[in-house]
Amino acid sequence: MKTLLWGGLPYIAVVLLIAGTVWRFRYDRFGWTTRSSQVYESKLLNVASPMFHYGILFVLVGHLMGLFVPESWTDAIGLNEHTYHLMSLYGGTAAGVLAVLGILMLLYRRRTNTPVFKATTGNDKVMYVVLLAAIVMGMWAKLSNSSVSEGYDYRQTIAPWVRSLFTLQPDVDLMAGVPLTYQIHAVIGLLLLALIPFTRLIHMFSAPVQYLFRPYVVYRSRDPKQLGSRGDRRGWERTGS
Amino acid sequence: MRPMAQVAMVMNLDKCIGCHTCSVTCKQAWTNRSGMEYVWFNNVETRPGQGYPRRYEDQEKWRGGWELNKRGALKLRNGGRIKSLLGIFSNPKLPEIKDYYEPWTYDYKNLTDAPLGDDYPVAEPRSLIDGKPMKVEWSSNWDDNLGGATEYGDLDPMVEKVREQAQQAADKVKFAFEQTFMFYLPRICEHCLNPSCVSSCPSGAMYKRAEDGIVLVDQDGCRGWRKCVTGCPYKKVYFNHKTGKAEKCTLCYPRLEVGLPTVCSETCVGRLRYLGVILYDADKVTEAASTKDEHALYEAQLGVFLDPEDPEVRRAAEAADIPYDWVEAARRSPVHALISKYKVALPLHPEYRTMPMVWYIPPLSPVVDALSETGHDGEDADNLFGAIDTLRIPLEYLAEIFTAGDVAPVRSSLTKLAAMRAHMRAINLGERPDPSVADSVGMDGPEIEEMYRLLAIAKYEDRYVIPTAAVGDAKRLEESAVPDACSLDHVDGVGMRGDGPFGADSGQKQLPLVTIENFHAARRRQTTDDEPDDVREQQ
Repeated sequence: MKTLLWGGLPYIAVVLLIAGTVWRFRYDRFGWTTRSSQVYESKLLNVASPMFHYGILFVLVGHLMGLFVPESWTDAIGLNEHTYHLMSLYGGTAAGVLAVLGILMLLYRRRTNTPVFKATTGNDKVMYVVLLAAIVMGMWAKLSNSSVSEGYDYRQTIAPWVRSLFTLQPDVDLMAGVPLTYQIHAVIGLLLLALIPFTRLIHMFSAPVQYLFRPYVVYRSRDPKQLGSRGDRRGWERTGS
Repeated sequence: MRPMAQVAMVMNLDKCIGCHTCSVTCKQAWTNRSGMEYVWFNNVETRPGQGYPRRYEDQEKWRGGWELNKRGALKLRNGGRIKSLLGIFSNPKLPEIKDYYEPWTYDYKNLTDAPLGDDYPVAEPRSLIDGKPMKVEWSSNWDDNLGGATEYGDLDPMVEKVREQAQQAADKVKFAFEQTFMFYLPRICEHCLNPSCVSSCPSGAMYKRAEDGIVLVDQDGCRGWRKCVTGCPYKKVYFNHKTGKAEKCTLCYPRLEVGLPTVCSETCVGRLRYLGVILYDADKVTEAASTKDEHALYEAQLGVFLDPEDPEVRRAAEAADIPYDWVEAARRSPVHALISKYKVALPLHPEYRTMPMVWYIPPLSPVVDALSETGHDGEDADNLFGAIDTLRIPLEYLAEIFTAGDVAPVRSSLTKLAAMRAHMRAINLGERPDPSVADSVGMDGPEIEEMYRLLAIAKYEDRYVIPTAAVGDAKRLEESAVPDACSLDHVDGVGMRGDGPFGADSGQKQLPLVTIENFHAARRRQTTDDEPDDVREQQ
């Protein structure tokens, strides 16, 4: 079980993430969108959506820092464990609160506004459950294991485990002593990672940074292959007519 | 000089009777799908009126189009690139569906299924957005023919502008019955030379086609950020709320490519639409759009267009790979004639600085009837010229719509139309037309008669001069010419003997066009149960 959770699941999730994204890009570029519901309701969204997105982006930055910056590095620049803990506690909590409040408002909007609720698919509902669970469990794990004076030092256990995944030699024993709340958060997080390509979360991979560098007006030439009627897709043959 | 070709449209507003045939046929062709219920790529507005979506011309609110920054450079009114990306998680300037109108259907089932009762069963309106019963309070065309103008007329942003300008002009815009005026304004996407929707799109999914200037949305590239809807000052990009993608008027490019006019043009009852090619200098667009004085924007845009008769332009066009028959089409283009030669057509809201390419001939009609009613000769040149400044439709109002408030070009256009009437009346009555009439508007007799032929006779082949896409590519498409792929790779060629993975016709074929014989043979083979003999023999 230990090996499956901490030595197998991460790889399964990453494979699903990468393969799923490639699959989605090849076969469902048309479905690759934010599926915005703003044309139905705009007031609440204008507050809640930036709140949630900025919150979750800060949370992401926090995770990257916590997991991929080894303790030895921060020690080297003279940042001791206590200062680091306070930084992660206050910064993380602020970002987390922003994200939680944002998603709660978004969920309230989604449930109470009829057009928005009607535009919610089963896929969306599953995604919301996992997303909300991941965020809430993360907050809970952090807060229930911390006080101002000291907190659980995940940089001794979880972070090295994550880094060991990248060398393909997962050190599953590191996760043995980790508090249960952190463990649940990690599993839900991995599940969420695997879900990304198959839900609307895919829109995170189309952050349009290229907009900053391209000329304003885009010109494209006609595709000469598409002049006249289009040929049948591979594997499909016309019937009748 | 960097010449490019643009397929543009001119609409002769005098002829529009507001029948909405263009809107309906366009809707049937393009937007009769769920998610697009509220969308009309083509709509006909009664002016004065709020338009569709309501008050879309109020750019203080909707932030569409371009403006000049302090250094005099063009800047998207809704903010530059960085501001746009920072605000990508919501778009406060996005019109909601209710700003267009909430689409609905009727509960027809109740008509047959209602239990027996004292009351006659009715089909209640049901919202197509949330499925609930709804009160119908607005639609795409609620203020048609000034319906409710006494109440809503003052909300027209252009009326507000006219009233700000001058008391004298303000007095002319009235909504009391018998004092008011109206005309119809059919609108489609402007396919601008400097499109602010394309410039707003963070994904780069919107583009202007290099060959014909049509502005399109790449449905596979759109990620639903909705910035284009805000960016377009004409509000002619729409959000499909089912697919989560932007959609817009395509200028019926599949029809244009084979030489057919757009659906709205083809079905126009008043035959008021003109389609043709305009050559323009792409290098001059930004400079022209940055013209400081809003009144000068109309002239600046005229300066961007190239004269296809000029040999230098023709050489440059050839060097820029514009096909010969596109240049020829540009010479015969009715749109070029109306815009650049006769200068009777005017752009819609040049002050948005997008360089729109659907132009309008302002309406003159009511003036003749009005003059006749007062006992004057309604088609006498002197009477007509004098009357233009006291038109029922105030010049100031037309100017707010077509020339950023500059009355002179509107007056000049209307005077030309009036001169044409006086001139042609003389001919119809067998009199010698007075050359001073044509002279006074800077034209001569034959030129006026040419314009008359284009505007009044308006033959199909004069209205639509559309070079096909294929002709430009003909060399490549001709089977007899040297193909850009192996000559044995055509259907039934040696190179194509092998079956594809999913049967004989699967996989990619190299040459798209086949001879007529091959086409019919292939169709027979695909649609009949029995294999024809010749096919069996080959196998």
